[in-house]
Amino acid sequence: MKHLISTRDLTREQAISLLDTTADMLEVRGRDVKKLPTLRGKTVANVFFEDSTRTRLSFEAAALALSADVSTFTAAGSSVSKGESLKDTLQTLEAMGADFVVLRHAHSGVAETVANSGWIDAHVINAGDGTHEHPTQALLDTFTMRSRLRGADARGSGLDGIDVTIVGDILHSRVARSNVWLLNTLGARVTLVAPKTLIPADVSAWGVSTALTLDDALESNPDVVMTLRIQKERMTSGFFPSESEYSRFWGMTTQRLARLKDSTIVMHPGPMNRGLEIAGAVADSPQSTVTEQVANGVAARMAVLYTLTGAES
Amino acid sequence: MARIVLTKPDIDRALTRIGHEIVESQRGKTGLVFLGIPTRGVFLARRLAEIVESIQPQDIAVGTLDVTMYRDDIQQKSTRATAPTDIPAAGIDGTTVILVDDVLFSGRTVRAALDAITALGRPDTVRFAVLVDRGHRELPIRADFVGKNLPSSVDERVNVCLSEIDDTDEVSIA
Repeated sequence: MKHLISTRDLTREQAISLLDTTADMLEVRGRDVKKLPTLRGKTVANVFFEDSTRTRLSFEAAALALSADVSTFTAAGSSVSKGESLKDTLQTLEAMGADFVVLRHAHSGVAETVANSGWIDAHVINAGDGTHEHPTQALLDTFTMRSRLRGADARGSGLDGIDVTIVGDILHSRVARSNVWLLNTLGARVTLVAPKTLIPADVSAWGVSTALTLDDALESNPDVVMTLRIQKERMTSGFFPSESEYSRFWGMTTQRLARLKDSTIVMHPGPMNRGLEIAGAVADSPQSTVTEQVANGVAARMAVLYTLTGAES
Repeated sequence: MARIVLTKPDIDRALTRIGHEIVESQRGKTGLVFLGIPTRGVFLARRLAEIVESIQPQDIAVGTLDVTMYRDDIQQKSTRATAPTDIPAAGIDGTTVILVDDVLFSGRTVRAALDAITALGRPDTVRFAVLVDRGHRELPIRADFVGKNLPSSVDERVNVCLSEIDDTDEVSIA
């Protein structure tokens, strides 16, 4: 594997191997010496054309934990505002010695273009492109599900037979897309829940079922409820009447949590709008995996960096 | 053609002898930790710990040490799958660690293992036990306990089978 652009490119074998490697990286995170020498002498360039806190910090922590050098580029305050093109920006970064480019961009497909254009030789890792994909988020999410639901027997296994409900703004969510493809590959059953305005018009090719309200979806007692952030910056065209109406039909409330079995986990990729898509008490409950997801994120990104490092076989 | 160099009784005898050598080198000291290097070193570590316990009753901790991420050829070779590391809960500080692997060849795995141990703690002593030493060292490293010295040519393959995963105990060279 040279690049990680989409979870669609991962075979089941590759996906499970990435999750197993994530588990090994997580064990290292618990040691006295948390650093591995694996990427000594390599440089990871974090190239963020769009705002991010946790993904950027998480990739930074992952690269540092593997002893790589990190340089961080954010579009704000750079020569992009002087009109420098994407190609020139990336070639400049590579000329400064970037071996990995971790790329986030507001437009879908940018990571793929950079990986396949021949502009640069570096490994490209998609850290979120528009409404398209966010593969490392899906890896950390599926890893969190697998370790919570399978415990000590997790290694080597997929998510066969696990019921996952994803609720929220599916239309704009790269997290949802990456998760759907990866969950399909790993054998989970996925149900998407959203107001009709926030789900793509035709998801028949996605291999998922859909439900109109969260209550309908929760009837089947899912093992995982993944809530997505309502992206207020994209909520400009009246996708739903009001925040309280959204919360009433699609919010993960304490009442809804009480109806689920105790083993069901509630996930959120962050940043959360407490009280909108997820109630504060639900986010802080033992069934919530929100902080675990963040910790697992560093390990998952270490696993990706490590896996891409080897020579092409 | 593969040539069998150690049969099951040979392996058993070699491990028993190594067990006695380990007891001898202990000079009555306790606090042994056996760390096997995946995959087959782990099974050999368990067998050796059992043998040593039967020779001189004591509690021996057995663990697994994955060295993949400490290797120096990560960027040259295709990605190797990592394996879990499982260190005894009491840690390795102040103990005598016996590293165990199936084959000693270039010595690079052992070098990586020594780095991995440094990241995990500070044992009093680290010793290295191996079933087969086939020569061709690339680093100044040697084993403290050797099951069999097996002169080989660089392009030959030494294949260790252990009943825990290969349904037979056997070492062959091809």
